Amino acid sequence: MKYSLHPLGEMAVMIELGNELNLEIQQKVLAISSYLEDNPLEWMVEYIPAFSTVTIFYNPMIIINHLNIDTPIQYVCQQLHQILSHITINQHTEPRVVEIPVCYGEEFGPDLETVASMNGLTTEDVISIHSSAEYTVYMIGFAPGFPYLGGMSEKIAAPRLPSPRLKIPERTVGIAGKQTGVYPIATPGGWQLIGRTPIKLFRPNDKVPSLLNAGDKVRFKPISYEEYVEWEGKEG
Amino acid sequence: MITIKKPGLLTSIQDLGRYGYQKYGIIVSGAMDSFSHRIASLLVGNEENAPTLEITLLGPVLEFHEDTLISLCGGDLTPLINGKPISMWRTIYVKKGSELRFGKPKEGCRVYLAVAGGFSVPTVMGSKSTYISAGIGGFKGRALVAGDQVSVCNQSLLSSKIMLQMKKQAEDESFAEMEWSVASNFIPMFKKEQTIRVMRGRQFSLFTYKSQKDIFSKTFEVTTHSDRMGYRLKGETLSLEHPTEMLSEAVSFGTIQVPSDGNPIILLADRQTTGGYPKIGQVAAVDLSLLAQAKPGDMIRFSEITDEEAQLLLIHRERKLQELKKGILLKLVREE
Repeated sequence: MKYSLHPLGEMAVMIELGNELNLEIQQKVLAISSYLEDNPLEWMVEYIPAFSTVTIFYNPMIIINHLNIDTPIQYVCQQLHQILSHITINQHTEPRVVEIPVCYGEEFGPDLETVASMNGLTTEDVISIHSSAEYTVYMIGFAPGFPYLGGMSEKIAAPRLPSPRLKIPERTVGIAGKQTGVYPIATPGGWQLIGRTPIKLFRPNDKVPSLLNAGDKVRFKPISYEEYVEWEGKEG
Repeated sequence: MITIKKPGLLTSIQDLGRYGYQKYGIIVSGAMDSFSHRIASLLVGNEENAPTLEITLLGPVLEFHEDTLISLCGGDLTPLINGKPISMWRTIYVKKGSELRFGKPKEGCRVYLAVAGGFSVPTVMGSKSTYISAGIGGFKGRALVAGDQVSVCNQSLLSSKIMLQMKKQAEDESFAEMEWSVASNFIPMFKKEQTIRVMRGRQFSLFTYKSQKDIFSKTFEVTTHSDRMGYRLKGETLSLEHPTEMLSEAVSFGTIQVPSDGNPIILLADRQTTGGYPKIGQVAAVDLSLLAQAKPGDMIRFSEITDEEAQLLLIHRERKLQELKKGILLKLVREE
């Protein structure tokens, strides 16, 4: 595996696996993440996987006090070199496919018509294009449980609003440029809003507080307003 | 129990942060000045991670419903009990029914109020810190407002014995101060002009030669667009030699990133987990406390330090803190 190590201050080291967004690099990020989940390191506080990097946060005092080593940076880099030489990429793991029901348009998607007219489409076209693709969760970030999704058709691309809305309700589905995403919590934002899901993406009371994980595949399924209300009731 | 009579500018419950969940996009939060938070906790006989009240610039008005052992560490926002000034960096007994308020901010920006036993709020994802934008942790997931009543956990046997001693010493007064405080060499000086040590960031070499010079020689002002998420600075604008689009990657407490307008932003306790702006620097962990006490209008200079030097300083500081911890415990045991 090709990589380089970069200290991020005195308590973190970043593993860089490339500088572009592609599935091969993502496989490496996922392989390192799953190794770290299965083999927690005594001195590791946590790790953050991103598009093409995995950053390991560590506690230098544990290395000093428990392992009697006085140069934690060098120690962590050495250990990471060793670990990375063992990790192999398992191409055969089937990704999990998560279906996200979406009630498109009306009050939930005030920008659906704008997105349609910008692209010379009907609103039905936009819904059909948005819900027929399979998306890849590249990483979780920006907000709790927020997925960076790859795979949206450029036919429904739409620029961000010139001035962001002050509050977008949680679970709103939007489009910004060539990306689509779901806001897990209410936040300000400049995305074009096309619908809303009754499903919670941020689940603070669950052991894993995010519905989605990096590597998952996502499909959007159009539902009616009645189905939305019923589903939302079940979610509580 | 404590009643919030006036909330102040921004008063929230914080501990040392929520770790292990950044991979799900969940921010760390926690005390902005964790050094002051830790010492405040130690002075009342709590664990370092026990939740404190982080008080910002214009302090709240609080009423204590029980006799309470407290301490205040961090910025000097002129704390007063029933109108009388009290000391910072010291264990203090406060009588039931007393009122804590704050006068004019003198020095720094944030003070940590610790109470023996710690504030009683639920643990969410391993932490009691308030994560305001997600509405979780702390007191009902939000900053405190007038009328809130915050409970205090049972204090340790040691703390309650000390409180009884100090109660006798207080006689008819509404409070009593411990005769000793934290040694002055532990107490940071929060100045309006501060030099902060900074390591080179990952994209340092991509900045223009001028920007590489400017970051370590010019003075930057903390603007009013500064909060727990980050400080936006104003000064010489910084730019990349060849502007490039970056993929989002991890950031940490003290990362200095430069968006395309050229004004640096220092990321702090409520930073997002990842960011896509180039990083010109990383503030040394030992200087984060000084940085967290800077307020809008204050001036900051950066001086260069290597990763290894920053780590040695951190190790040294942690060892001193362990000594202080033992020292405080010994003194507290002698008091009982």
